[in-house]
Amino acid sequence: MRRLLPAPAILGTALLLAALAAASLVIGVGDLFARDGTSGVSGLMLLLASRLPRTLAAILTGAALAIAGTVMQTLAKNRFVDPMTAGTGSSAALGILLVTLLAPGAPIALKALAGSAVAFLGTLLFLRFARDLPPTEPFLVPLFGIVYGGVVGAIAAAIAWEADLVQFLDVWMNGEFSGVIRGRYELLFVTALLGAVAFWAADRLTILSLGRATAVGLGLDHAAMLRLGLVIVALIAGVTVVTVGIIPFVGLVVPALIGRRVGDDVRRALPLTALLGAGLVLGSDILGRLLRYPYEVPVGTVLGVVGAAAFLAIVLRRARLG
Amino acid sequence: MIRISNVSYAIAGTTILEDIDLAIPSGGVTALIGPNGAGKSTLLSLIARLLPLSSGTITLDGLPVDRTPTRALALRLAVMAQEGSVASRLRVEELVGFGRFPHHRGRPRAQDQAAVAEALALFDLEALADRFVDTLSGGQRQRARVAMAYCQGTDYLLLDEPLNSLDIIYARALMRTLRRIADDRGRTIVVVLHDLNHAAAHADRIVALREGRLVADGPTGEVMTTATLQRVFGDTIPVAEVDGHRIALHFV
Ligand SMILES: Nc1ncnc2c1ncn2[C@@H]1O[C@H](COP(=O)(O)OP(=O)(O)O)[C@@H](O)[C@H]1O
Ligand SMILES: [Mg+2]
Repeated sequence: MRRLLPAPAILGTALLLAALAAASLVIGVGDLFARDGTSGVSGLMLLLASRLPRTLAAILTGAALAIAGTVMQTLAKNRFVDPMTAGTGSSAALGILLVTLLAPGAPIALKALAGSAVAFLGTLLFLRFARDLPPTEPFLVPLFGIVYGGVVGAIAAAIAWEADLVQFLDVWMNGEFSGVIRGRYELLFVTALLGAVAFWAADRLTILSLGRATAVGLGLDHAAMLRLGLVIVALIAGVTVVTVGIIPFVGLVVPALIGRRVGDDVRRALPLTALLGAGLVLGSDILGRLLRYPYEVPVGTVLGVVGAAAFLAIVLRRARLG
Repeated sequence: MIRISNVSYAIAGTTILEDIDLAIPSGGVTALIGPNGAGKSTLLSLIARLLPLSSGTITLDGLPVDRTPTRALALRLAVMAQEGSVASRLRVEELVGFGRFPHHRGRPRAQDQAAVAEALALFDLEALADRFVDTLSGGQRQRARVAMAYCQGTDYLLLDEPLNSLDIIYARALMRTLRRIADDRGRTIVVVLHDLNHAAAHADRIVALREGRLVADGPTGEVMTTATLQRVFGDTIPVAEVDGHRIALHFV
């Protein structure tokens, strides 16, 4: 029997996501039900111009980052690596910084493309290095990734400082949704397309994670598949970093949670991965809105804490199990 | 028929294989033997286009392996490489099922599912079908990998040390299964073995390498002699005959 998708888990996660989306639409400083009076903004306006875009942006970003994590893990043949913390994210920020420097008025799509191009190169270089790490020590890859991402981020910071663009870089390096309004997030819908491509290539991606010999033996063009996976990861990075900034650890935590129960068969895991990623990011954004109400904690900060704790828990659990 | 002509292979100036000329006929079980580092895995990888051929030619039923589209080859030849940890968390049934990928390209049909079921039964994996591969013992995992290669359903099946970490019962069962696959289904099996006696008991032909050179190639009975094994391993290995089986007494 061909295994089916884990339907109950998908349904449950979808319902949870719907509940979070509803909460996200009503939680915030502006009063959705206020009658025009005080603020001068009608509830419907607030909903359509800000709350709905913000909610959709969180869902799209979360799903995309979780998918990028899954794809990256098949490329690196390592289950613990997260592109946003392993240099892909900071490479994208570097690319966006460079295009902003050279062509300040460039449209956002062009900036995303430049970010993706540098993310592609930065990730390629990371994978080259990671290949030489001993496979018996799976945590060296994500740890090396964090150091590597830090180096790329430092290069970007030095350039930004020279060019007086530090505030801009901060926006790309620290993900948050408070700036998301209608007209400034729609590029994120591209990630839905990228998710569909990943789903189409799901079997090939799983085979890629089994190593080159297996992939070639099964008739895959191994190099072409690696490139396709890299393009998916890099485009997701470019698009999300330019619109909302780097959000860490989603690509690690979500596949790790799903891997335990569902496994790493990409076709089976991907729908649930996307839903759970969306729920995690949207939930973290809502938490960020509530923690210091009426002020906001950026979602990148929330996930930095939550994700790092989860990462440590995974490492320690593995260490205990031996 | 696998035809290997004039094949040499070097890595960074070091010769690994030198002037190999060899024909492996269709059908039957051919064992590839030789000391550690003789070049067995390298030769198998070259046949399976896992390594780039730098000099000489290798053809499979007349198709040059380095110039035939890799997709087309995947329908004729399956290979289980020597080192193969399975890093992903896949169930045994899923792993074996990926052996069908060359046939369905991502959309499995009924005949693919039937092939998976047959492979699971043949290699005694039915009870383990739902287990994640990373929770199996080394020997169980090895059997799953062999089943995956078999499931590819190709005329040629290349296995690099499939008996690794199998216990004696499963090792014998696997060799008998390979024998059956060759006899009943007409498959051509090339298997790297380090245990001479498994080769002696189950192979039709033995090909022996030493230090990258072909030193013996012939019917099992002809290769399993003290004189030939002396040339292969550079040491004296007595060969006894028990109940009509040639036994290498390499442990005394
Ligand atoms: N990637 C490599 N780099 C350098 N030497 C290698 C490499 N792969 C294999 N070798 C050498 O090639 C020789 C043959 O290796 P191999 O084909 O694996 O031998 P066998 O399978 O017979 O034990 C060995 O001496 C081995 O050290
Ligand atoms: Mg070998």
